[in-house]
Amino acid sequence: MITLTIDNREITAKEGATLLQVCLDHDIYIPHLCYLEGMEHAAASCRLCFVEIEGVAGPVTSCTTIVKEGMVVKTDTEVVRHLQRASLQLLLSVHHVDCAHCPANRKCALQDMAKFLKVGLKPKYLEQHLKEPEIDQGHPYLDYYPNRCVLCGRCVLVCKNSHDRPFLTFAKRGLDTVISFYEEDRAEMPCDECLACVEICPVSALMKRKVG
Amino acid sequence: MTKQNNSDEERIILEDIESRLSSFGKDRWNLIPILQMIQTRHHYLPADAIRMVANYLDIAACEVYGVATFYNQFRFNPPGKHPIQVCLGTACHVSGGDIILENFERKLGIREGETTEDREFSLERVACVGCCALAPVAVVDKIVHGRMAPSKVEGLLLGFQIEKEKQERAKRSDESNL
Ligand code: SF4
Ligand code: SF4
Ligand code: FES
Ligand code: FES
Repeated sequence: MITLTIDNREITAKEGATLLQVCLDHDIYIPHLCYLEGMEHAAASCRLCFVEIEGVAGPVTSCTTIVKEGMVVKTDTEVVRHLQRASLQLLLSVHHVDCAHCPANRKCALQDMAKFLKVGLKPKYLEQHLKEPEIDQGHPYLDYYPNRCVLCGRCVLVCKNSHDRPFLTFAKRGLDTVISFYEEDRAEMPCDECLACVEICPVSALMKRKVG
Repeated sequence: MTKQNNSDEERIILEDIESRLSSFGKDRWNLIPILQMIQTRHHYLPADAIRMVANYLDIAACEVYGVATFYNQFRFNPPGKHPIQVCLGTACHVSGGDIILENFERKLGIREGETTEDREFSLERVACVGCCALAPVAVVDKIVHGRMAPSKVEGLLLGFQIEKEKQERAKRSDESNL
């Protein structure tokens, strides 16, 4: 066990744990999207989980930081909040904000973070970039909503973890990046019974298709 | 008829790919070299080829697709008889290249990266083709057209249509002369 200080609180943690996990375990909330408990290599792609550490130049992502004895961490500095707001606003600028009609309403990671960071859901200074079409029905069992998706990659990760050959992937790049499937023999797809990706998605961008 | 031709054509492509796969190792880092081999030989990656490559390397087809879509060099539709490339490099982008692309898309009824059903035209975006002074630029049948404008898009396509009609008329009169 090691001891470190987070927001002036003394905390003991297991060696080798990530700073983000330690904070979350001690009810110190840090906005994050792409991290999943137990992941081996954090993708660190959402750029939300910043903290400042004494003696380290500049803010760092807490999901990629391993706790160290005597570390002094601040999760609530002005610089950190500034970065987090910017990341969230960029995400919202490519998000179709339509909470009233969204199944994630009130259990949505974006709403929670916006409230926490005091950011409006419709960023004023950024243009909206939405993708077409609104729904991708290429998968035999799932509907994918690219304009809800925050590209956190959790779905790809859980799919990879539970099947040797995953059925989901990132496709394209830049502003066009989407989660994609590749047409396979429907009979060989376990998705109907699995739905791990639907469950893990923080914004209901993957949904089981309603039949009939 | 054309359907039949298309699948015959695809079968030949797939056989060619299959015969060449064995010259590549089975480690996953062979994926991009294999895709490049297919793209160079056949100018696009047929859907069944993606599955074939996935099986060969023992990885998921969606992973192959994910990697292939990341790079602009890979196409997923067979090239048209008249390939159209719209430049969206910096100079062309700022002088309205996207409007030209959108014009082609609307007039041909296809999106960038697609091929018309009759296989006459395929449309793609490219980065700087090296004649920025002529921006916005489109390359049609390997011929550079500078200072593109919506009216020129219309004119180009009309030209192809007239040419095609002429050929058809000539063919018909040949047949009736027999
Ligand atoms: S579909 Fe959901 S889980 Fe997957 S990347 Fe998008 S937001 Fe994340
Ligand atoms: S339902 Fe399961 S198998 Fe299908 S894509 Fe989602 S995680 Fe993968
Ligand atoms: S959770 Fe750390 S960068 Fe996304
Ligand atoms: S940017 Fe189009 S030719 Fe250079």
